[in-house]
Amino acid sequence: MVELETTIRNRAGIHARPSAMIAQTAIKFSSRIFLEKNGNKINAKSIMGIITLAASFGSKIRITADGSDEVAAAEAIKALFESGFNEELG
Amino acid sequence: MIGNEPKGFTVLDLLSLELKEQNALDLTCVAGRAGLGRQITVPDLNRPGLALAGFYESFAWNRLQVFGRGECAYLSKLDAEGSHGSVETLFSYDVPCCIFTSSLRPSVSFSEAAEKAGCPVLVTSLNSNEFSGRVLRILSDIFAPKTTIHGVLVEVFGIGILLVGDSGVGKSETALELIERGHRLVADDVVEIRCVNGSILMGQGANKVIGHHMEIRGLGIINITHLYGVGAIRDKKQIQLVCQLEDWDPDKVYDRIGMDELTTDILGVKVPMLEIPVKPGRNIPIIIETASMNERLKKMGYHSAKEFNQNIMRWLESENARTLYFSRDDY
Repeated sequence: MVELETTIRNRAGIHARPSAMIAQTAIKFSSRIFLEKNGNKINAKSIMGIITLAASFGSKIRITADGSDEVAAAEAIKALFESGFNEELG
Repeated sequence: MIGNEPKGFTVLDLLSLELKEQNALDLTCVAGRAGLGRQITVPDLNRPGLALAGFYESFAWNRLQVFGRGECAYLSKLDAEGSHGSVETLFSYDVPCCIFTSSLRPSVSFSEAAEKAGCPVLVTSLNSNEFSGRVLRILSDIFAPKTTIHGVLVEVFGIGILLVGDSGVGKSETALELIERGHRLVADDVVEIRCVNGSILMGQGANKVIGHHMEIRGLGIINITHLYGVGAIRDKKQIQLVCQLEDWDPDKVYDRIGMDELTTDILGVKVPMLEIPVKPGRNIPIIIETASMNERLKKMGYHSAKEFNQNIMRWLESENARTLYFSRDDY
């Protein structure tokens, strides 16, 4: 199991489009991937789940991945957060 | 795209068009039958008043020549004066046909000249105004750019949906289920599409003989009108949405939000398009029905995906404000 921490860098937070990007990246991996914020833990392969995190700008997110490709999966998701989803950074 | 002009649309074709009440032209040929094979090459009319008066510069000879009361009165004046020169000049051009409106009759001398030149003379009971309106509409339909597309055209909740995709992906089966659920078949397999008025795509079956038959693998040819009744079919329908069915490609990214709107180009008109991945267990007809209703909502100004996202953004903004407030040291 891999655990990484990241911060929301784009000003708008995790709305529908970033959430779709996360889910679409997550779905490429066979590992079980979760995002956690303030004790809420959701499956990173569910768009609606990710949205319900209410991850606004500056929130801290913990990414956990568990499975055969866990390292690559967690890194890929983290890279997405770091890039700010090609949106305006705060 | 197949040629813009119909291959040889003749005066005889115009006479033999099957038109319903509000479109009927009520034309009969009274002279110059020999010329019924003349081609109509432009979807336009001309009132030959100036020509009859002897002014033949810029004479639009290749259009349908429409004679109303004014032209007729002038013709009888010419007749009374015994001058037939300008009528003969008129027929020296290769005019497709002369049409007399309001049941007016050409004079004997005019008919003889037409007969000699082999130019058909038609009479309609409609007045010039009504006739012009109808014939222009009909001709613009006939001369509209057209193409044929391999697909199935169905009407779902009033929206014309063109199902396209590779052979065997399940277009016909999807259409059949939609018909079973009370929607309508317009055309199966070969859909003829005309661009009307430059912005409306009208789809219909390419062939009257094929009619509303469908080919279903394992069943063969079935007649939808007989099986499901006349309520299950439609002759033509505007294409408002294109659904591209394709086998589920695990490497392809399918739209999951619906905020980016894909369009496809048919005859220069942009039509909204959805790419719908097909795999066992996905009920495509239900998805098509939902797509249709969603399209209707969009037309009414409600865009589900956009509104959803706006709500999310507003919520995130308020969450953000709350966090900032509670993280201040001095409250």
